[in-house]
Amino acid sequence: MKRKTTLAVTALGAALALGLSACGGGTASTPSQSGAASAGGGAKGEFNAALTQVFNPSDKKGGILKFANAGDWDSLDPGDTYYGYSWNFIKLYGRSLVMFKPAPGKESSQLVPDLAENLGTPSDNAKTWTYKLRAGVKFEDGTPITSKDVKYGVLRSLDKEVFPDGYTYFNDTLDLPKDYKGPYKSKGVNTDKAIETPDDQTVVFHLKQSYSGFDYFAQLPATIPVPEAKDTGAKYKEHVISSGPYKFDKNDIGKGFNLVRNDQWDQATDPNRKALPDGYQVSTNVNADDIDNRLLSGDLHVDIAGTGAQPATLGRVLTDPALKANTDNPTITRLWYTSINGNVKPLDNLDCRKAVEYAADKVAYQTAYGGEFSGGQIATSLLPPGIPGHADINPYPAGADNHGDVAKAKEALTACGQPNGFETNIAYRAERPKEKATAEALQQSLAKVGIKLTLKPFPQADYFALYAGKPGYAKDNKLGLALNGWGADWPDGYGFLQQIVDSRVIRDTGGSSNISVRDPEVDKLIDQASLETDTAKREPIWAQIDQKVMDGAYVLPGLWAKSLLIRGKGVTNVYVSDATGMYDYVNMGLQ
Amino acid sequence: MVTYIIRRLIWGVFMLAIVSMITFMIFFLVPRLAGATSESLATRYVGRTATAEQVKIAAEKLGFNDPLVVQYGRFAKGIVAGADYDYGPGVERCPAPCFGYSFLTRLPVWPDLLDRLPVTISLALGAAVIWLIAGVATGVVSALRRGSFFDRAAMSIALAGVSLPIFFTGIVSLVVFSYGRPLAFAAPGGSFTPFFDNPAQWAYSLILPWITLAFLYAAGYARLTRSGMLETMNEDYIRTARAKGLTERVVVFKHGLRGALTPILTIFGLDLGLLMGGAVLTESTFSLPGIGKYAIDAITNQDLPKVMGVTLVAAFFVVVANLVVDLLYAVVDPRVRLT
Repeated sequence: MKRKTTLAVTALGAALALGLSACGGGTASTPSQSGAASAGGGAKGEFNAALTQVFNPSDKKGGILKFANAGDWDSLDPGDTYYGYSWNFIKLYGRSLVMFKPAPGKESSQLVPDLAENLGTPSDNAKTWTYKLRAGVKFEDGTPITSKDVKYGVLRSLDKEVFPDGYTYFNDTLDLPKDYKGPYKSKGVNTDKAIETPDDQTVVFHLKQSYSGFDYFAQLPATIPVPEAKDTGAKYKEHVISSGPYKFDKNDIGKGFNLVRNDQWDQATDPNRKALPDGYQVSTNVNADDIDNRLLSGDLHVDIAGTGAQPATLGRVLTDPALKANTDNPTITRLWYTSINGNVKPLDNLDCRKAVEYAADKVAYQTAYGGEFSGGQIATSLLPPGIPGHADINPYPAGADNHGDVAKAKEALTACGQPNGFETNIAYRAERPKEKATAEALQQSLAKVGIKLTLKPFPQADYFALYAGKPGYAKDNKLGLALNGWGADWPDGYGFLQQIVDSRVIRDTGGSSNISVRDPEVDKLIDQASLETDTAKREPIWAQIDQKVMDGAYVLPGLWAKSLLIRGKGVTNVYVSDATGMYDYVNMGLQ
Repeated sequence: MVTYIIRRLIWGVFMLAIVSMITFMIFFLVPRLAGATSESLATRYVGRTATAEQVKIAAEKLGFNDPLVVQYGRFAKGIVAGADYDYGPGVERCPAPCFGYSFLTRLPVWPDLLDRLPVTISLALGAAVIWLIAGVATGVVSALRRGSFFDRAAMSIALAGVSLPIFFTGIVSLVVFSYGRPLAFAAPGGSFTPFFDNPAQWAYSLILPWITLAFLYAAGYARLTRSGMLETMNEDYIRTARAKGLTERVVVFKHGLRGALTPILTIFGLDLGLLMGGAVLTESTFSLPGIGKYAIDAITNQDLPKVMGVTLVAAFFVVVANLVVDLLYAVVDPRVRLT
């Protein structure tokens, strides 16, 4: 018995020793090694080096890029995904009709053709959009991609029972047959009045109403072609058939997946992608702090979520010049703001709303969200700087030091007949500590002019459906202010503004993100922009809308969000895309 | 003996049914009592700009409009008889035991659980071997050298082991022994390799989680063994054994340690059973895709079929561990008779 025990212990020890020695003696190249090489090569990094230019440019091929995600994808299926990072990453295995230009900074907001030869051609007053596909593009199995595959991809994405995660842009805008529910449930229904495919290379979209920005819809992952014969519905995400430079090798949903080169992809058909690494290794559901540590050590190349470093890492990185030099701090197209509800007295008076605008301490707002680097840049209007059409306006300056202009606020209170201030409630999402801190900061700063706020937390899941976003409830419960936030699906005035300033999206049943802007003039401007197909004429209209909403003081802008991104060691072609507010994954490589 | 085992197994099935009902009530009934509607529950499982119509469709698809009894009956039937699932182009059979489909990934839960079990078993068994050997050995030596420097030092370290949470020791150990530092000998987090793919890589990927988890448990075992040994070594039969002229090694290991093992066995069985249901903090800290990580992700996302599945699997291991411990009592302690 004793000898058996001894043998067992010895065997265990030997196994461990073998394991350790095997790992210690490995010869595989690691990211940290390549990173060290780069340091010697003279590519010197500095803070924000990848904001407006390509950091570490290279055309060198080879290597495996390692990505990690603290959470999990909603879905890898192009018809069922709604995360910004997923739309960024999907370009590696799928080609939509149009895509954002793979370039740093403002240039990245331009749309360029991808699967299509050109951007869409509008006709019938922008109610019809036609795209011609490039010749010679194939699926990973060698089958040529036709317009019917694009049409099928869009149609299947309409089935919100099978694909509940995705957006409803196509459901809402295409001129579909009545009660059409997608190709699974509405089998055999003729859908040519919505999408026509007159030949294998042409796809024509017919809309219910004119929409000048349809090219932005054409860049959505739902226009990535899906071969009907290989469609497995809700299970398609387990193996998406690739039309891009990489295809799935292994996919353990919830754990991670690998991409390898797609030998059917032809560089000649694709002017946008370099396809530099030999493959991608993606881990999901990884501890967020662990991701930061691995990025800093060089064990990992990219934090795929692209939302920035964790609080535990921020202090360490920002105080160490060497570490900070390896980071970028982009302003993203997200606004943290407070809705000022004109349905609640006395905020039905413009001057009372203006008093809130002037009295708010913007620095305290910023501090509540985590400060300059991870919270954001103090916002002076709605439209973030990354959205084309943005104009620098500041109708309600918050004093020289941004701590609020008490004198102006008191003037406004007098003008609205409430010289001693008034009482109202402020709603926020109970699960969000930053919103609670912001509500407290506003409570303190508005108290300086006599506006007394009572904090009202509500559950996040029902915030818009039952509480702050339900007009009747908000009015009855005097929710004069409500914390809010909005990020654009793409850098365009329509995508950013329409859902938060168009009064026609407000429903009595609740659920709308717009809980305070009710201005017919704003609605008219949105319609005007929707019909304007000339980009140069359309973009100034977004600035007009921004000015109009601010003039009405329906919204107290807080911050244009920022994140602190860590550049992976040894990664080439690193740049921040304004279109996504994160690193563009499409042309990254390894030294 | 056989009658005893059969009776315990039936009792175990009954226990699992109770656990499933309580879990179901916590996650399905309590929100209803707090005012949640079918639609408000369904909003968690649709896209972030879903329309009211989309939410309605999701509520119907997930069965939230049915009475709770019907919803529970459907879940229980799936485990016993399997269920059908409409995945779009067709309907697929989810064979028994079917724990349903994730509300978020819309993939079956049972294969997920089976996929994650090897990670949890690898972690739990490896750590158990380390903590049992280290903990019991330390406890025995401490008891035999009561009051010595070794005893005091070992018990102080044991106290630290019990007191420090895994998310602290885990992150510190990763920072010190991984991430390419001078002392690095272990794999970074999230690098699990299955045993049958590469045993050496398997051990390499788990060595740090094993040691960290074992540090927590070994501390308790060392203290428990020490107190048990101190008590046993003062028993009359130990004096008798010495009087018979047996060597000290035989007295300590054959008579003393055996007597002190019974409570350790009880605790060990329960600890191992609980860990088989997922070492939540260890798996989260080291990003190991085991049952514990699966559980915490399911709870965070309120993915109810996953929560139900993982709770039942964890309860199953606890029930089995209890049965095995009771059976082993009879082996370790001849005075125990199972009836």
